[in-house]
Amino acid sequence: MAEPLLAAFGVTKSFGPVEVLHGVDFTVQRGEVHALVGENGAGKSTLMKILSGFHRPTSGAVRVDGRPMSFSGIGAAEASGVVLIHQEFNLAEHLTVEENIFLGRELRRGPFLDKRAMNERSRAILAELDCPVDPRARVRDLAVSERQMVEIAKAMSREVRVLIMDEPTAVLTGTESAVLFGLIRRLRDQGVGIVYTSHKLDEVRAITDRVTVLRDGHHIATRPTAELTEDGIAQLMVGRAISDLFPAKTPPAPDAPVVLEARGIDVPGWVRGAGFDLRRGEILGFAGLIGAGRTELAEGLLGLRRRTAGTLSRNGEPLRVRRLEDAVAAGIAYLTEDRKGKGLLLAKGLQPNLTLLALDRYGRVFVDERREAAALERAVTEFDIRVRTLDVPVGSLSGGNQQKLLLAKTMQVDPDILIVDEPTRGIDIGTKQQIYRFLHEFARRGGSVILISSEMPEIIGLSHRVVVMRSGVVTGVLEGDEVEEGEIVRYATGLKGRTVDGLKGFTPEGDAHDAVGHA
Amino acid sequence: MTPSVMPEAARKPSSGFDLKLYGPFLALAALIVLGTIVNPVFLSPGNIGNVLTRTAFIGIIAVGATFVITAGGIDLSVGSLAAFASGVMIVVMNALVGSMGAGLPVILVGVLVALGLGLAAGLVNGLLVTKGRMEAFIVTLGTMGIFRSLVTYIADGGTLSLNSEIRTIYRPVYYGGVFGISYPILAFAAVALVGALIMYRTRFGRHCAAIGSSEDVARYSAINVDRVKLLAFVLQGICVAIAVVIYVPRLGSASATTGLLWELEAIAAVIIGGTMLKGGYGRIWGTVVGAVMLTLIDNILNLTGAISVYLNGTIQGVIIIVAVLLQRGTVARR
Repeated sequence: MAEPLLAAFGVTKSFGPVEVLHGVDFTVQRGEVHALVGENGAGKSTLMKILSGFHRPTSGAVRVDGRPMSFSGIGAAEASGVVLIHQEFNLAEHLTVEENIFLGRELRRGPFLDKRAMNERSRAILAELDCPVDPRARVRDLAVSERQMVEIAKAMSREVRVLIMDEPTAVLTGTESAVLFGLIRRLRDQGVGIVYTSHKLDEVRAITDRVTVLRDGHHIATRPTAELTEDGIAQLMVGRAISDLFPAKTPPAPDAPVVLEARGIDVPGWVRGAGFDLRRGEILGFAGLIGAGRTELAEGLLGLRRRTAGTLSRNGEPLRVRRLEDAVAAGIAYLTEDRKGKGLLLAKGLQPNLTLLALDRYGRVFVDERREAAALERAVTEFDIRVRTLDVPVGSLSGGNQQKLLLAKTMQVDPDILIVDEPTRGIDIGTKQQIYRFLHEFARRGGSVILISSEMPEIIGLSHRVVVMRSGVVTGVLEGDEVEEGEIVRYATGLKGRTVDGLKGFTPEGDAHDAVGHA
Repeated sequence: MTPSVMPEAARKPSSGFDLKLYGPFLALAALIVLGTIVNPVFLSPGNIGNVLTRTAFIGIIAVGATFVITAGGIDLSVGSLAAFASGVMIVVMNALVGSMGAGLPVILVGVLVALGLGLAAGLVNGLLVTKGRMEAFIVTLGTMGIFRSLVTYIADGGTLSLNSEIRTIYRPVYYGGVFGISYPILAFAAVALVGALIMYRTRFGRHCAAIGSSEDVARYSAINVDRVKLLAFVLQGICVAIAVVIYVPRLGSASATTGLLWELEAIAAVIIGGTMLKGGYGRIWGTVVGAVMLTLIDNILNLTGAISVYLNGTIQGVIIIVAVLLQRGTVARR
């Protein structure tokens, strides 16, 4: 085999006394897409940071083209052509696309910026990527998928030889992912080595040549992708067979009362005349493409966004929700899709994060820290939050543990209705299963769940009924056998159900169930 | 984990010694040792009492500033507000001497006026920041100019002096005390204690830190962000008023230069104490130490002839910069 582009030998990494990587080997060949998979906390992030020169390994060696890698900062690794694209992008939001692409390496003519050359180069690179973004656009105005393209363009402009991508499709729609895969294949054909991490094993199967599995900081296996099934990869990741990812559905009683009824909800710019019924013991899925207005509908209901029309009733009684407090008081809790930006205080410890939503339950005047500590002990056990010590900042936890803490925080108010938005985004399959079990149990015991998710298996595997939205409008409500991928996609893309234009006469009193009747 | 009013002293960090947590206290200890070496008089009860009494104004204002800064805001108007409230208080008391006679009732009215003004100013700042959706820096830069110009106008560019009879009655509030501890020190201690209770033990304190860390997370945690920020500014206004109440009997006058640069001294005390300027992490006892340190530097320079008192600002500046250097890159544990 040829000299690998990038190779790590027996790499270990310790943070303080704790060793998180135990002698891992990893190589990337020229023109290879190499998947790096593992559960949250398996050591993928640490290994990626070592490969890209962010972290220096405690022992072991990293070689680029046979030469030892320099760990004198990120610039050194980039100079040797290794670029890491973070899950959270590394772009200056207020600058333009071209300014970002050339950030830190601006082209100059004499002492002045050569804006024309940079513009032309940016255009050329973006065209090569099949990316319709205008180089003069400001990054803050771009969609998430476009930002990712800009990140890749930035890497390309640096003559990238190894591109390390951390969960690149976590924030992309299906179409956007397809564009990304095309791009990855083209880069591969040009001889770029690509390290690809994802929790979506179907993608791993589809676009990678080899798979390396990490578990608990150990190197478990490196095999050609063609030799493995998705199940096989999952088994290597968790070290046991994954059976029954989704628990068997327990449908709500036929006479289960409606606990939450929404009618004619308008959220300016996002949602028009949306309505639905949620019954006791029910998991109601909300499917649709990204941008269909599902999150905005939920946040409109909860007083987190301005709502201009619509009514809510709770157990048949009218419910006024002007602020999130009102919803919480009515027994409705919300798990945001943005756990880092809106869910958790990353610099704070677990305890203040856990109780932040329900602080009034921990003492009338003074906060009782002993009860908080006891609640944290319980939550850590109940939600299986894995931490070495309880006083670390939440930002240092793995994504899965953060998500479990966020769920525990949300449950602190003892809600009857749980609205969860992308509850398993960017977390591993083992943690996903735990969250699915939790939601299932919650509904089985008489709670009601609104599940907003862009992951089709999740919607289909958990929901009793599915509300499909498109461009801010509820296009259909599916029940029973209709809850399957093809049907959901038909409603989500406008092939079936109410069309957006056909809704001009839609009255605020319009009932979501009508949509099914007409379909 | 035992609940404590002084968590920074009671709680052990997970690994080793945390310089940031104990830094301000160590620095204070170092200054005291230095002071003692420079001049034995330094540790005399008279000198210590003097230092703490002079710290009281800035210290009380800085306790309020700790809340505003922890909640991610800043209040530049406190010095001007102190001058304005002092001026109005003096004018009102002087005007009432005729009808009410020089006595305690007049002073009580004056105190209520000061407190009312502090509260009102806090409301104005807070409402402009929350309902007006403006940067706290801009809002309070504006009100700073307004209050300063108003006191200059009331004093007609000169000095407002308190009626001498009232001053005689009011004087002990600054110069008197119980058991040898002056009233300003007692007021400072009380404000700090209440401030610490609020910051560390109540929902409001926790909410301030949450908002300063991330307004979005706070909003998604059903915290009424506007109300908490408004309350922080009101608390600051009331702290300024308390400082005014013990300041006016000291000189018995107010002018355009009263309370000049107090806002910066208060912010300096807060930062030296380990509170983060960007918000999210506030330390009341740190602020108290910070305020005491600022006065101590002045005091030590006065007691030694070695360094010119004119270099006071240099030393204070160095200490502020070192304090922030030590904060850099460390993450709050609370």
